[in-house]
Amino acid sequence: MIQRETLTINMGPQHPSTHGVLRLILELEGEVVVSCRPVIGYLHTGIEKEMEFRTYHQNITLVDRIEYLSSYHEEFAYCLAVEKLLGIEVPKRAQYIRVIMAELNRISSHLVWLGTSALDLNVTSLLMYCFRDREEILELSEMVSGQRMMPGYFRIGGVQEDLPEEFFPRVRAFLDEFPRRLDEYEALLTENLVWRQRNEGVAVLRPEDAVRYGVTGPVLRACGIPYDVRKAFPYSSYEDFEFDVPVGQHGDAYDRYLVRMEEMRQARRIILQALDRLPDGPVLVEDRKVALPPRRELVRSMEAVIHQFKLVSEGIHPPKGEVYAAVESPRGEKGYYIVSDGSNRPVRVRVRSPSFSNLQALPVMVQGGMLADVVVAIASIDIVLGDVDR
Amino acid sequence: MARVDLDAEAEGLRRNVLTTTVDRMLAWARSSSVWPVQFGLACCAIEMIATTTSKFDIARFGMEAFRASPRQSDLMIVAGRVSQKMAPVLRHIYEQMLEPKWVIAMGDCASCGGVYNNYALVQGVDKVVPVDVYVAGCPPRPEALLYGLMKLQEKIREQGKQGTLRRGSPRGG
Amino acid sequence: MADLAPVQVFLQERLGEGVLEVHRFRGDPTVLVRPERILDALAAVKEDPWRFEMLTDLTAWDRYPTEPRFEVVYHLLSLSRRERLRVKTRVSASDPVLPTAIPLFAGANWFERELWDLFGIRFVGHPDLTRILMPDDWEGHPLRKDYPLTEEPVEFRGYAPKVPSQTIPHVPPRRREDR
Repeated sequence: MIQRETLTINMGPQHPSTHGVLRLILELEGEVVVSCRPVIGYLHTGIEKEMEFRTYHQNITLVDRIEYLSSYHEEFAYCLAVEKLLGIEVPKRAQYIRVIMAELNRISSHLVWLGTSALDLNVTSLLMYCFRDREEILELSEMVSGQRMMPGYFRIGGVQEDLPEEFFPRVRAFLDEFPRRLDEYEALLTENLVWRQRNEGVAVLRPEDAVRYGVTGPVLRACGIPYDVRKAFPYSSYEDFEFDVPVGQHGDAYDRYLVRMEEMRQARRIILQALDRLPDGPVLVEDRKVALPPRRELVRSMEAVIHQFKLVSEGIHPPKGEVYAAVESPRGEKGYYIVSDGSNRPVRVRVRSPSFSNLQALPVMVQGGMLADVVVAIASIDIVLGDVDR
Repeated sequence: MARVDLDAEAEGLRRNVLTTTVDRMLAWARSSSVWPVQFGLACCAIEMIATTTSKFDIARFGMEAFRASPRQSDLMIVAGRVSQKMAPVLRHIYEQMLEPKWVIAMGDCASCGGVYNNYALVQGVDKVVPVDVYVAGCPPRPEALLYGLMKLQEKIREQGKQGTLRRGSPRGG
Repeated sequence: MADLAPVQVFLQERLGEGVLEVHRFRGDPTVLVRPERILDALAAVKEDPWRFEMLTDLTAWDRYPTEPRFEVVYHLLSLSRRERLRVKTRVSASDPVLPTAIPLFAGANWFERELWDLFGIRFVGHPDLTRILMPDDWEGHPLRKDYPLTEEPVEFRGYAPKVPSQTIPHVPPRRREDR
């Protein structure tokens, strides 16, 4: 009597194709995946608990490191939540600057996705090309905030300081060159027979399943549901800009690829509009109980010194209550749920991470497919393990 | 009978023949082609990937071959924060590497726990594996990682001069 | 306090005694229901005409030492109507049990595992209530307020070792100023 058994294979946590420390327990029948169980928690950092022991300003340094490829969006969401809690209005110039930096971050995050996804399918040259473009964006980030990654640039009430003079010609030069580069990458991949065969019809997610699992971002839009936080709940002057939200049809890995490529072009469109219409004005809210006074005021005014001292040693005291604010990060809806009791530390900061929900849909995507398609599926969801585990 | 000019012979030897110890030669070979194992954990891993790309080019040091299997590599660059769940896996991978092996703790989280000091993280990867070079930064710039790698190459060559290379590391790890 | 959203009025009428509190802070509509009515509330707003079909987040926070201790918060989203709703409930520390929301929202699976792992809240009917973020043999529930941050003291030459969280003062809310 021949008995048939399924084979249980462990993939990860140290694995070149899992895009981080993700462990998958796959049950295989030959090459076909019968079931997949992701095991996460290998990067759990306890950031949410750590944030309960720091002031609101100090937490900006911590949130950078959660979704480390799109730190500007993390800071954006956190600052929006705290500003909503305080009930303050950010100056218009700061809002436009935030949009510019966030959209640049979207481009750089999608470039990492493109480079590493292509690397998984052995298109090694694309990794070098994408990271070359990303270096340009990292230099812009360094020019603006002083750091390539983990900028710590946004503040509660605006941004830390104004964009430097050298930023504008450099970003325009980058944006002029960028469409030509994207065309090159598309010429390499989009009509490539091998790329299409490996991505079309692979890791299909039906729209009903996507909604049931709370999937957001390009994965949801590739299924055909046009939900984008920038359009549905506009924040920080996104309603002033004209841009399209690309939506796919089939919900497979190829549609996700097309959606993200188009998102890069639309991000460029938004940045150009923001640069052209950048208003003048302050970049930090004037309220001295929330934002630090400028240094030249410290020489003249005793009150400014007292405010500076209070803000640095104690921090701000938001009113008692709870808020939820969300932004559209490159992976989906990144939300912050902050509970405050009126003291200088938050009671609870909950990070609604898009990768956590998107990863939950992975077993549904790979079931019935081949083992080799699991790699394509993980790459197409574009997860960041720091975001999944926090 | 022809007379042999010993001085000229010695001079010729000195100019054309290189003498060294076997250990130094081994150390030169080993330091020039260190193969790291793919162990990127978190944000520092992205800067590690950036080091391998064309702007910073780790291939000039012979280290572009990041092996997926620990059995085929000599260096483990622990790039990122090590959580309590990951620490046994880290030790497991370290033990699978063959002697001689080296460890670089890249970034603040791997060196000392970094920004985080809580229940979930191991405060410094040297609590789990012996570390040779610490590269500070959050994340360290690719140039900083390259400097750390160059320091490691110096250390390997120093081990060759002292003759401690073939016996494996003096830590006994 | 702003006016109530129509869906809040609907839930008050539908659940009657089940709704303990409704409010709207900074524009976010919030409904607090009794733990035994939570699934009714979620099912009621999921159907037409409200169509809150996506559970974007399921989380909790510890109100120690106030009882009931844990406040479990469900964030709902209506994709078609572009609206958000927060439904919450409170469970006590002595018996932190809730029915699972998986029949309504499949995505509640990992959220509920995370709450079990970090808070110790059990969900009846969950197919696989095991730890998800901490190692399987971990003891304790880290995000509870009585679980210490477990810091390692930082040593300075010539000074006593310092624990980082104690160098940042915790200033309670001031009474007169409303900030």
